[in-house]
Amino acid sequence: MSMNRREFLQLLAAASAAGLALNSRSALSAESGGSFYDLPAFGNVSLLHFTDCHAQLQPIYFREPNVNIGLGASRNVAPHLVGEQLLKSFAIRPGSREAHAFTYLDFEQAARTYGKVGGFAHLATLVKKIRASRPGSLLLDGGDTWQGSATALWTKGQDMVDACKLLGVDVMTGHWEFTLGAERVQQIVDNDFKGKLDFVAQNIKTNDFGDPVFQPYVIRQINGISVAIIGQAFPYTPIANPRHMVPDWSFGIQDDNMQLVVSEARAKGAQVVVVLSHNGMDVDLKMASRVSGIDAIMGGHTHDGVPVPSVVKNSGGQTLVSNAGSNGKFLGVLDFDVKGGKVAAFKYKLLPVFSNLIEPDAEMAALIQKARAPYADKLTEKLAVSEGTLYRRGNFNGTFDQLILDALMEVKGADAAFSPGFRWGTSLLPGEAITMEHVMDQTAITYPQTTLTTMTGTTIKDIMEDVCDNLFNPDPYKQQGGDMVRVGGISYTCDLRQGMGRRINNMMLNGRALDPNKKYKVAGWAPVAEGASGEPIWDVVSGYLRDKKVITPRKLNLPKLIGVAGNDGIA
Amino acid sequence: MNPLRRGFLKSAGSFGAIAVAIGAGLLKPGELLAATWNKVAFTATNVADAMKEATYGGAAESKDILIKVPEIAENGAVVPVEVTSKIPGTTNIAIFVDQNQNPMIADFEFSNGAEPFISTRIKMNKTSQVRIAVKAGGKSYTQSKEVKVTIGGCGG
Repeated sequence: MSMNRREFLQLLAAASAAGLALNSRSALSAESGGSFYDLPAFGNVSLLHFTDCHAQLQPIYFREPNVNIGLGASRNVAPHLVGEQLLKSFAIRPGSREAHAFTYLDFEQAARTYGKVGGFAHLATLVKKIRASRPGSLLLDGGDTWQGSATALWTKGQDMVDACKLLGVDVMTGHWEFTLGAERVQQIVDNDFKGKLDFVAQNIKTNDFGDPVFQPYVIRQINGISVAIIGQAFPYTPIANPRHMVPDWSFGIQDDNMQLVVSEARAKGAQVVVVLSHNGMDVDLKMASRVSGIDAIMGGHTHDGVPVPSVVKNSGGQTLVSNAGSNGKFLGVLDFDVKGGKVAAFKYKLLPVFSNLIEPDAEMAALIQKARAPYADKLTEKLAVSEGTLYRRGNFNGTFDQLILDALMEVKGADAAFSPGFRWGTSLLPGEAITMEHVMDQTAITYPQTTLTTMTGTTIKDIMEDVCDNLFNPDPYKQQGGDMVRVGGISYTCDLRQGMGRRINNMMLNGRALDPNKKYKVAGWAPVAEGASGEPIWDVVSGYLRDKKVITPRKLNLPKLIGVAGNDGIA
Repeated sequence: MNPLRRGFLKSAGSFGAIAVAIGAGLLKPGELLAATWNKVAFTATNVADAMKEATYGGAAESKDILIKVPEIAENGAVVPVEVTSKIPGTTNIAIFVDQNQNPMIADFEFSNGAEPFISTRIKMNKTSQVRIAVKAGGKSYTQSKEVKVTIGGCGG
């Protein structure tokens, strides 16, 4: 995508003039709950979309990033806009409710003013309200739904499976779901979901013969119109997560197969073709430019809450690309007006879920309470009080990750520590108690082992270069969508003008240059190799917190960045 | 999905399956082994030498060589590679990996108008161009695609 911001705004203006888009002004001026969610019906095919809720059944705080850098063709375009640049690009009024939803600006103050976000009981009420004015609409779940909380881990995703069925999800695809193991995923799809919910993925095949593991797409009727929903699971699941959890399946982006599936769906009479994607937005944008015949890619994975979809031109016309944020914070609503067998116009709105504005749905609230009850004591245990804001999201580090690094280095007696660049994990305000549930929100995975490894300076640099390239490779198809590995104990510079192997420089430990040949003790967690043993990360962190009792504001270990002048993805 | 086919192969085991194929006359071991082992080409340590020794030196770039490889390898030890040559009269398809210690991987011969298509798995040491060379009508052609090999982890 090479559209710059001016072209994008011109396009938006044109779209508004043509009656296609937005309506964001009226939403912005409305501050009361009732009118905030009044979204007039439009067209005859509506799709509701949430993604990457990471098993957050309860309302939470979630701080959006102040560092989300795009380079090359991704520079200074959505989703690589943060803070004031994002507000300016999408004409959102500073200080407003929406400004808080989409940016990190004045996070603590705004979070106290506008309250928590998300929660499935609140989402359920909102879904019902939107569906009431849009008969026949479908609810799509982009995945990363069965992982991210203590209860999801302890019930092997069952609490989320039950909640999604009650919410009325029609179609889903996946990523972290697969870390429950191939067998568990198939058990849910073949039993819990049977006849109720379609799990779709065109890009998961068996290793041996390349047979499809799940149905690639589903065609549903909406108001007499055939609508195809094609699944695109996270292409790099066996690389970013443990291979041994899905040993017999192959993933990948699979553009060629996507084109075949689109053509097949069209040949079967689909008038609207939508891809439910877990690619990550940069991959979605590239895919939209290469595959034709898709009306919209509704995406997730990179946790980008983007108020307005990007419009990508391709040989078949154009494809919308929307991404709907994370942690249950947003509900995307895409309305199509289908005339004469094809999409004639659209409207899109990414609705922030403000828990204070929405009455919780009683049935969903009861289900959540029942799911949590057996674990209530464990979840609510207060481990320590945080004096500062704790959050994770950001390209290079977050305060909660710094806390994890500090805990790892102290408990393990390590020179340095690595913590994965996950993008999930909720936020805490200053003065809040850190509960066991909060710790699990940052750590609840099926491969939680901590490790202490002896590495040479060269190995440490190689690992950091490798992860950095997964984030900043100029080709989106060679990115994995996580953030940079969080590094404790070692300061460094990161030169984003350089390529693989030349970005990480000036590495220092305790004021001395890292010796390429010297051996260092490095603590870490979440090993992707099979057979690792070691105390789970949540035990290390909770032990550290109980010991400290008060957590002072963390000093972030951030690299000095080179090559980011004028980049709207960093504030 | 064809569980019967998978079940058969699993029970037969890979060696068993090959033995069955040979027994049924589908593969002739003599033919496989008859081709002369080009030791100099296969043990060359840079891609230019390997291509030259395998008689693909000075190959011209061709868009008629279609390569299907993953953008990022799921496992560097078994990277799937599919090649189709649309060049008329193709007699050979060879695979080279620039960054492997010994870049030359394989050289397939096609005779009697066999369809010039191969599908195989290769081993890759690290991120590299996967370079395909084709021989047709006595001339050499080439095309390449990069496959990234990463340590993994940290995603999402």
